[in-house]
Amino acid sequence: MEDNKPQVIKITFDGIEVEVEPGTTIMQAARRIAEADSSQHHLVPPAMCYYEPLKGSGGKCRACLVKVAQGSAKDTRPMPKLVPSCITQVQDGMVVENVTNPAVLEERKGIVEFLLLNHPLDCPVCDQAGECHLQDFAFEHGSAKTRYEEERRTFEKQDIGPYVQLHMTRCILCYRCVYTADQITDKRVHGVLGRGDAAEIGTYIEKAIDNDFSGNVIDVCPVGALTDKTYRFKNRVWFSKPVDAHCQCDKCSGRVTLWYRGEEVIRVTARKNEWGEVKEFICNTCRFEKKKTSDWVIEGPTKVQRSSVISANKYRADVIKKPDFALKLAASQYKPIDDSRPYITDDQTIRELSIENNNKANQRSLAEKN
Amino acid sequence: MQQLTNRSKQVSNKEMTLAERIYLPAIAHGMAITIKHFFQKKVTIRYPEVKRYLGPVFRGRHVLKRDADGRERCTACGLCAVACPAEAISMVAEERQKGEEHLYREEKYAAVYEVNMLRCIFCGLCEEACPKQAVYLRHDEFVPVFTERDQVIWGKDLLVEDMNNRYLREAWTKEEAHAQDLKKAAGAISHVEPRAIP
Ligand code: SF4
Ligand code: SF4
Ligand code: SF4
Ligand code: FES
Repeated sequence: MEDNKPQVIKITFDGIEVEVEPGTTIMQAARRIAEADSSQHHLVPPAMCYYEPLKGSGGKCRACLVKVAQGSAKDTRPMPKLVPSCITQVQDGMVVENVTNPAVLEERKGIVEFLLLNHPLDCPVCDQAGECHLQDFAFEHGSAKTRYEEERRTFEKQDIGPYVQLHMTRCILCYRCVYTADQITDKRVHGVLGRGDAAEIGTYIEKAIDNDFSGNVIDVCPVGALTDKTYRFKNRVWFSKPVDAHCQCDKCSGRVTLWYRGEEVIRVTARKNEWGEVKEFICNTCRFEKKKTSDWVIEGPTKVQRSSVISANKYRADVIKKPDFALKLAASQYKPIDDSRPYITDDQTIRELSIENNNKANQRSLAEKN
Repeated sequence: MQQLTNRSKQVSNKEMTLAERIYLPAIAHGMAITIKHFFQKKVTIRYPEVKRYLGPVFRGRHVLKRDADGRERCTACGLCAVACPAEAISMVAEERQKGEEHLYREEKYAAVYEVNMLRCIFCGLCEEACPKQAVYLRHDEFVPVFTERDQVIWGKDLLVEDMNNRYLREAWTKEEAHAQDLKKAAGAISHVEPRAIP
C-alpha cells in the first residue's frame, strides 16, 4: 500500500476539471465549481436531504444521483449504478456526469415522482410555498403529470411544542430535523418512528421540545412539514420583504433575517446561504419573541435571487430611478397651487365661480389674440 | 424612373367618357347605395337598453366562486396577486375555525380579498393563475362606472358569488347565448336577471 496519498484530488464534473481535498464529496466539489463561477450554478445536483452544516446528513432522498463514468484514474471502469453525490467521496481522476447525462435527468424525474407519491397538493395552503425545495426540485426536474392514483397517506397536524407545528403529510423523511435536534440541541426528543411507508417524525411520548434552539428545525426542513406557528397563515413569503438584521444575544449569534409585511415583522428566520442552508442557528428567543423593529439593528435588504418568487413585485431603488429629463420636465412645468383658497362645497357658489372663471379665461384668450 | 415599391399608383390623365362627364349616372349609383342601406337592418344598437353578446370569453368584472355546497373556493394562496401585472389584488388570510367547514372549502381562507378596479386591466391573468378555480372574470357583467373613490376597491361583499344568483357560463356560442337569453326573457330561467336581446 502506498501511503503518499495526493493532497489534492482532480476530478472532472460535467467536463469541468476541479481540484479538491481528499474526503470531499461529489456534491461539495460541484458546489465549489459553482462558487468559483456563478454561471455554473445549474450544474450542482439538487439536494433534498443533504445539509452541509449537519454532520451525517444525506443519502436519504436520492435527489442528487449522478453517473460516475470513471471511478478513478487507476480503475477507469464506470460505477454500475447512479450514486448519491452527497455521500460519495471523490477519488483521483473521477469523471462525473450530471446534467450532461440524459439518464441522470430521467432518473431524477422518477425521484420527483417518488417524493410526491404521498405528498398532498397543498401548496396553496402551505406556508412553505415560495421557498420550498420540493417545489423547486419538482419544477426543475419533475414532469408535470402524476401517475399515482391510490389513496395518499394522511396525518393529522400536530403541535411540537408551543412554536412548531408538524404536518406529517408533507414530510419527505429527509431526517434533517432529527440531525439538527441531535447535533444542535443537547437533548433530542423527537425522531423517526416506524419503518418504510409507516415511518413518521414523532416526538417520543408527545413530549414537547422545550430546547432553546428547537426552532431551527423549521429552517432546516426543506418542505412545509415543520412550520412556525407564530407565522401560520400570516402571509405568503412573496408578499413579505426580507431584511437582514442583528441583535445582541447571549445565546446565539443574533444574525437573522426579518420578514416584513408593511411595517410589521411577521417572521424571524436564520440566514440562509446560496444553497438554502443555515450556517448560524438562532435561538428561540430571537426567532419567536423579538418581533419588533426596535429589537433589531437593520443591516439592509436581503439579497434575493432574481429567479425566486420572493423577488416578485419588489423594485430595487436603482431600478425604478426616474430618468433625469422627466424630473427636469416635471420641475419646469410645476406650478405652485394657491392652497389658501377657501374650500367650497356649496353647489350654487361653485357654479357662479366657474362661470366667473370661464369668463376670465375667455377674456384672457381674447386679449391674447388681439 | 424605376418604381421602388408596388404601392404607388400611376396617375392617368385620360379623357373622361360621356357617361362620366354628364355626372348623373354616378349620382344615381351613389343614391342607390344610400337607399339600399336605408332599408337594411341597422348595425348599431341602442346601448345601454340593448346589449350585445360579448362572447363566452369576454373578461368583465371579477367573481369569487363558491363550490357546489356553497363554500368559498378561495384559499388565499396569493397566486392571483403575484400573477397580476397591475398589482390590483390584495388579501389577508385567516385560518378556518372548527364549525366553519360549511363556509370555506380549505383550511385557510381569505378574510379580506380586494380588487382595485382602477388598477385592474382585465387581462385575466388572475383567473389563469388560480389553482382553486376561485376567481373568474364574468363574461356578462362590466364594472359599472364609478363616481366616488370608495367604489373603486371591491371587497368580498361585491366579489363573492351569490348562491341564489350563481354565475354559470353555460352558453359557449352566440346561438346558445341567444337561446338562453330568450329563455330568461320568457321567465324560464328565473334566478338570473333577464337581459334584452339585440
Ligand atoms: S411542502 Fe412544498 S411542495 Fe409540499 S405543499 Fe408545502 S409548498 Fe407545496
Ligand atoms: S384581470 Fe389582470 S389586472 Fe385585473 S386583477 Fe386580474 S390579473 Fe390583475
Ligand atoms: S382567488 Fe385563487 S389564486 Fe387568488 S388567492 Fe384565491 S385561491 Fe389563490
Ligand atoms: S441529497 Fe443526496 S440523497 Fe438526499
